[in-house]
Amino acid sequence: MAYDAIIIGSGLSGLAAGIRLAMFNKKVCIVEKHTVLGGLNSFYVRKNRTFDVGLHAMTNFTPKGVRNSPLGKLLKQLRFSHDDFRLCQQHMSEIRFPEHVLRFTNDFEFFRQEVADQFPKEIDGFNKLVEKILSFDELNLNDNETLGSRPILESFIKDPVLIDMLNCPLMYYGNAREGDMDFYQFVIMFKSIFVEGFAKPVGGMHYILNLLEEKFKQLGGELRMGSGVTSINAEKGSVESVTLESGEQLAAESVISSMGYIETLNHCSPSLKETDECETGKVSFMESLCVVDREPRDLGYDKSIVFFSTQPRFDYKVPNEMINVSTGVLCCSNNFNYPEPMKEGLIRLTNLANFAQWDALPRKDYIQAKKNWRNQALESLFTFFPDFRDNVVFLDSFTPKTIKKYTGHINGAVYGSPEKIKNGKTPVKNLYICGTDQGFLGIIGATLSGISMANLHLLR
Amino acid sequence: MTIDEVRQIILNILEDIAPDEDISSIDDNTKLRDQIDLDSMDFLDIVMELRKRFNIEVPEKDYEHLATLAGCISYLQPLLKDRLAAS
Repeated sequence: MAYDAIIIGSGLSGLAAGIRLAMFNKKVCIVEKHTVLGGLNSFYVRKNRTFDVGLHAMTNFTPKGVRNSPLGKLLKQLRFSHDDFRLCQQHMSEIRFPEHVLRFTNDFEFFRQEVADQFPKEIDGFNKLVEKILSFDELNLNDNETLGSRPILESFIKDPVLIDMLNCPLMYYGNAREGDMDFYQFVIMFKSIFVEGFAKPVGGMHYILNLLEEKFKQLGGELRMGSGVTSINAEKGSVESVTLESGEQLAAESVISSMGYIETLNHCSPSLKETDECETGKVSFMESLCVVDREPRDLGYDKSIVFFSTQPRFDYKVPNEMINVSTGVLCCSNNFNYPEPMKEGLIRLTNLANFAQWDALPRKDYIQAKKNWRNQALESLFTFFPDFRDNVVFLDSFTPKTIKKYTGHINGAVYGSPEKIKNGKTPVKNLYICGTDQGFLGIIGATLSGISMANLHLLR
Repeated sequence: MTIDEVRQIILNILEDIAPDEDISSIDDNTKLRDQIDLDSMDFLDIVMELRKRFNIEVPEKDYEHLATLAGCISYLQPLLKDRLAAS
């Protein structure tokens, strides 16, 4: 009893691919090693509180009725109505550096004005850059030319601080590469964050994942939780089955894997020589979740998301220490236009982190290090923002090690490998990848990745 | 199936593909993509729905016949005329 397709991973890309295939009567099974849906964008429960991981906010917000945006396409392809996602827009976010602050909302003209006010000499160059971005075809799956974004930005903008400030949110929300970012990725992120914008679903990731799961099951799809894949078995370069941790073998005409490109090749049997040639991602994060006893805005935190650097220049790279406390991302979930206020205040703080150092710690030291580095991150934050330590009622943190444990991503690399495989092909026939390493980024991007890989390889 | 039934079938498919669109006001002779903003991905969905529901294969060279509702009806009615509409 062979499946038309087996999908490895029940993250957004896997669920989306599953829905598309089940919609057109393919016999499809999603296998998930974890007991919870979501992969890199998931949730967990501690002391009766449900926390999102991965999701600070959904990027790519466009209003109901906009059909050609990534969100509009996603809704159409998965046959959801805009209302189904229950999206609540951000109030206002900002990029805060020592000498400049750029605020932005879901109205791009507001941001353009901020740039004009803060960097009056640069606004003409900025406007020309925006023209280039808007006319760029970043979704071309066949274009393998990679251009760094920095030289392109420098050809339009002279002030390096403005370049750093523009890069800061885009890198934090999707750059797998240290230092610079591929220009097409820069364009994807610029459109998704500045031109489109942020929103959060009522009920968080938990709600969105359940929505996708329900649709997948209604369409006849099969979902197996707690079923890690130990090997993807190929015969003469063509995939035939996958073996689960239980020893069970599932035969399939095709396999779509969201494990990551190298992670997928590593699971192939017989093993592939290509595995050694791939670049692994290194960018990972530590995040602390601080539940506070009042609305964050009453503590001086009135923005939805803040991308900050306490230093004049911003460098996106794996820190030499456990984490980099001088820059980070703050997310106040409360500061979105929810129909009803959230029960508690929640402030999340995300910092770049070094996987190897976290991974090397013995258990006892690891727990202690989490506390120490969380304290240092907060102390650094409070040199720049109001202190809320007296208002904290619950604290929890996760590290690159946690991310590796639950997602299987090498190095806990949140955005996967710097080398993206846009067409999703692997050296094995009928084995494709989707998700992070295919190259569409963010929550909407991951979902579109699953949709486009299913369309391109299995439905055409 | 009668012409009206075929018309309804196409509208049902469009309604499934584009849940946020108002399909009641679709004009039969104006291009569908000018009325409800369909892109190439959506046309692929129409073709796949026809395959799924009626086992009809529309080859790529015939996609142009699906540009308007009237075009869809005249292309599909001969293929569906011997079928019974689902109750």
